Order: sequence, then C-alpha cells, then structure tokens
Amino acid sequence: MSTVIQERPPHPSPTPQSRKSFSIKNIFLSLAVFLVVLFCLAPALWQLLTSFKVNEDISAVPTIYIPTRYTLNHYIDLFVRRPFWRYICNSAFVSITSTAFSLSIGAPAAYALARLRPWGGKVILAAVLIVTLFPGILLFLGLLEIIQALHLGNNYLALIIPYTAINLPLTILVLRSFFEQLPKDLEDAAKVDGYNTWQMLLKILLPMTLPALVTTGILTFIFAWNEFIFALTFITREEMKTIPVAAAQLGGASVFEIPYGPIAAATVLGTLPLVLLVLFFQRKIVQGLTAGAVKG
Amino acid sequence: MVNLNTIRSREQRTAWILLLPAILLLLLVFGYPIVRAFWLSLFTKNLGTELQPVFSGLYNYVRMAGDGRFWQTFGTTAVFTTASVVLELLLGMGIALVLNQKFLGRSFVRTSAILPWALPTALIGLAWAWIFNDQFGVVNDILHRLGLLETGINWLGNPTLALLAVIFADVWKTTPFISILLLAGLQSISSDLYEAHSIDGATPWQNFTKITLPLLMPQILIAVLFRFAQAFGIFDLIAVMTGGGPGGATEVVSLYIYSTVMRYLDFGYGAALVVVTFLLLILAVAIASFLLSRSRTRTSRA
Repeated sequence: MSTVIQERPPHPSPTPQSRKSFSIKNIFLSLAVFLVVLFCLAPALWQLLTSFKVNEDISAVPTIYIPTRYTLNHYIDLFVRRPFWRYICNSAFVSITSTAFSLSIGAPAAYALARLRPWGGKVILAAVLIVTLFPGILLFLGLLEIIQALHLGNNYLALIIPYTAINLPLTILVLRSFFEQLPKDLEDAAKVDGYNTWQMLLKILLPMTLPALVTTGILTFIFAWNEFIFALTFITREEMKTIPVAAAQLGGASVFEIPYGPIAAATVLGTLPLVLLVLFFQRKIVQGLTAGAVKG
Repeated sequence: MVNLNTIRSREQRTAWILLLPAILLLLLVFGYPIVRAFWLSLFTKNLGTELQPVFSGLYNYVRMAGDGRFWQTFGTTAVFTTASVVLELLLGMGIALVLNQKFLGRSFVRTSAILPWALPTALIGLAWAWIFNDQFGVVNDILHRLGLLETGINWLGNPTLALLAVIFADVWKTTPFISILLLAGLQSISSDLYEAHSIDGATPWQNFTKITLPLLMPQILIAVLFRFAQAFGIFDLIAVMTGGGPGGATEVVSLYIYSTVMRYLDFGYGAALVVVTFLLLILAVAIASFLLSRSRTRTSRA
C-alpha cells in the first residue's frame, strides 16, 4: 500500500492546489514510476545480462554488475549441444496451430452467443466462465487417459487439442463482447440484400472482426507458448519438447554443475517472442484481457 | 407468425451448429476429466492393484482425511494463495494508481508493467531460482553490500525462506494482471466525482476510500477470483523453482497430485485429490460470484 500513499502529498495541506505540494507530488510520482519500472524489468534484465556473461563472471563473488567481457557461447551452446532450434519450432508450431483452432472454433460460438440467443445460451456462458478458472492440474489426469487410449502420447495433437480447449473460454468471452458492441443494422442490411446467415458471416462480419481476432489471437498464443504441465506430461521425446519444459530440464553433467549461462540464454530465447508481442501490441493485450475478464 | 417462428427456429439451428464444435471440445477437455476424476476416485488403482481399478467406495477420501502430507500441502497452498493474492492486490492497486496518473513516458511504463505477466512462468521460475541462488544469487549480494548480511542465505534451502521466495516470484509475475484490470476500472471512473467530492473538502485518502474503492469493487473481486483460482492451482513456478522442496516445505496441492499420479502411479487416490481440489475451487467461485453480484447491485444503486 506504500505506493498508494507515496504518490500523494504525505501531509495533505489545507490548500492542495499550492505550488509546493504539487511539486512534492511530482517527486513522489516520479519515484513511484521509477520503482514500478525497476520492479517489473530488473529480474528479466538480470537474466539477459547473465546470458551474456562468461562463466567465471557468472560465478564470481561478489557479483559482477558491469562485466568487461561478453560472450555468445551460452547461446551457441544451446544450438550446438542441444536441439534448441527444435524446441523453438515445436513451441511455435503448437502455439500457432492451437491459436488458429481456438479462433476458428471460438469465433462462431461467440457470435451465436452474442446474436442468435440460443436456448440454454446463459447456461453455456456460465459454464464457459467457470471453466476459465480451472487450473491444468485438475485436467491432466483425465486427459492423460484420453491420450493413452487414443495413442496420442508424443504427438503434437496431445498439446494442440488441450491448448485449443483451454483458450476457448477466453476467445469466446472476448469475441462475444466484441460482437455485442457491433451495430446490428449491418447484419440486418446484409439480410435484406439477400445474404443468408453463412454468407453474411463470412463476407461481411469476418473482415470486420479481424482486429478483435488479432487481439484474441495474441492472448491465446501467449497462453499456449507458456503452458507447462501438459507439455511436461504428454510429451517425453526430447525432440518434441516445447521451450518451457526443455529449458526447465536443462541440466549439467552433475548435480553440482548447473549450467546457469545456458539456462539464462534459454530463458531469454523463450521469452523473446513474447517480449516482442508485448512491445508491439501492449494496447491490444490490455484491451483483450479486460474484455475477457471484466465484461464476461 | 408462422414465418417468424420458422425464422426463429432456423436461427436456433444455426446457433447450435456454430456452438457445437466449441461445446464438444470443452466437454472433452474440461468435462470428461472432471467427471472421470469423480468416478475414478471411488476405485483403488495403483501399483498394489497392478494398475487395475478395484472398487473401494469412499476409501480414498478416508485415506485423505488421515494423510498428513495432504494436509501439509493443503496448508502450504492456503498460505501461498492468501499471501500472494493479498500482496498482489495491494501492489497491483498501487501500480494501477500510479499508471493512472499523467506523466512523461507513460506508454513505456505501461508496457513494462505488463511484461512480467506475458512471460512463461516456467522460465521466470528459472530466473528467480538464479536470483535467489545461495552462492551467486544477486539477492544475497545486494543484502551483503547493504551490510544487512554477513554470509549468504540459502534462500531455497530453508523451508520458510523458500516459501517466501516462491511467493515473491509469483507476486512479481502476476501483479501486472491485477494492475491491468484495476487500471481499466480506474479509467472508467468519471473525474467529475472526484471534483465534486473535493469541493466538499475531501482529502485524497477520503477520495480513495469513498469513491475509488467502492466503484472499483467489481474489478477487485474479479481480479481476486481469477488470481485465487490460478494461485490455488499453481504448478509450474514452484515445480521449477524448488520442486516442492526443501523437504516438502513448498509442496502445494497440485505438486502433490502430480507426484501421486506420475511418480507413485496412484491413480485412484490422485483422482480423489483432484475431486477435493475441484470442489474447493467451486466453493470459492460460488462465494466470489455471490459477493460480486451484491457489489454490482450496490454500485448500480449508488
């Protein structure tokens, strides 16, 4: 709570508009802003710095904050000694495919819930809302049985199907709130012009929905890229692992020889795509999250 | 009238065709595992039964009641969840209030403020394990330089400190989610309200408690509900940072369920653990949505 108080004048004077308290407020605000940025970025930047340090500097005591030597060896190590390129491709493939599936299954469902008032729509919506709260640990046992029964172990489908499903609730909630804000006149006009529902959906609605699909797609991509427990359980073959699992399992020759450098490099590579997404789509991510959580 | 009815029923048919793939997939991935866990929890299926299900009624639940490890993990989960959600809420509120001010570079600050949320939890766990490293960790170094510490602390090797470290990492990772939701709420509060209140001579603190907090209550409850569910089922962060150690000090329910199933191959008991966790979660959702609907009617009345 200290931050809350910090950004206000510590002793609210009877004349809060006076110039002096205004500048005190500014100082506290700048300090608070600085602390927020430091808090949010420092751990990630520290990992970035570690990934470029040479081994002696990594394990130097006292800690070296401004290294004089930099190296790319930890990154090279990942690609030469381990199939890191495969991990990246696996993560990308699974995330992109499941995002595409979530959007193409979720968007029609969202439209139906927003516009066509199906019987039982309220129940479905409530179920979708509750389901967003289920952690993966509740599902992995049942899914494991399904995957064993269908012989899907070590198959990308073992990840793509669950990822599509865990992203469906968010997709449906965000897109439903989007469809509800869309003027209905357009659809009516299209119907008057002789389009049937399907033509209207594909030719008129879909192009208008693209921005909302991008917003939702970014979120589902992030969730799929970050998923851990299913990827850990359903994929055991080394060359099919996704980045979070592969990075978590990076080990040294012995317990005492933890490869801090390569681990840091793997963290950086695994987070890089998401950092880029956040840099370019910050606004959309915020929009999507608030639409998904609050309006639902 | 007949015509209207046929239009309506055609619309219904279209609606259900559009909904069907989503419903089927949700039933497969969410519905089946939950129902299956209820069913399987009535059987003993482990190495003792050669992995064949043998009906044993409520035995698994009786066993759970006397399972010290279950109660310990449950307690750890409760401490972890409460501490991290409360801290995140306070910090998230602070950050949201800061981000709601006007200042130079606000867009950059907002971008940095959501970054932790977007990063993969497992990788973040690795980063924090490194930061809290007992020999080379930066936390020990900073504390040492500040003169607060003579020798390095083995953060992840001490039961209490390991739990603290894990909570800290979780707070870092998920506070942005709460700030985003609360910031959206703050932006929807009209500034007229504050001005009117200031004319009546209200202090900033009164503004906060009398206007901001009550109007923000729906967002706060939603954020807490989401975070409660996620923290209650936390797996990746702890699995990567401590693996539940030292000596089970950071073992939460989800880690216990995972090792029950994957290490001890005790499927029946694992299913019973899933059922209990599920029921607790549903209970929490019910309480939260009750509070939410009450606060919503109150805000709309105000």
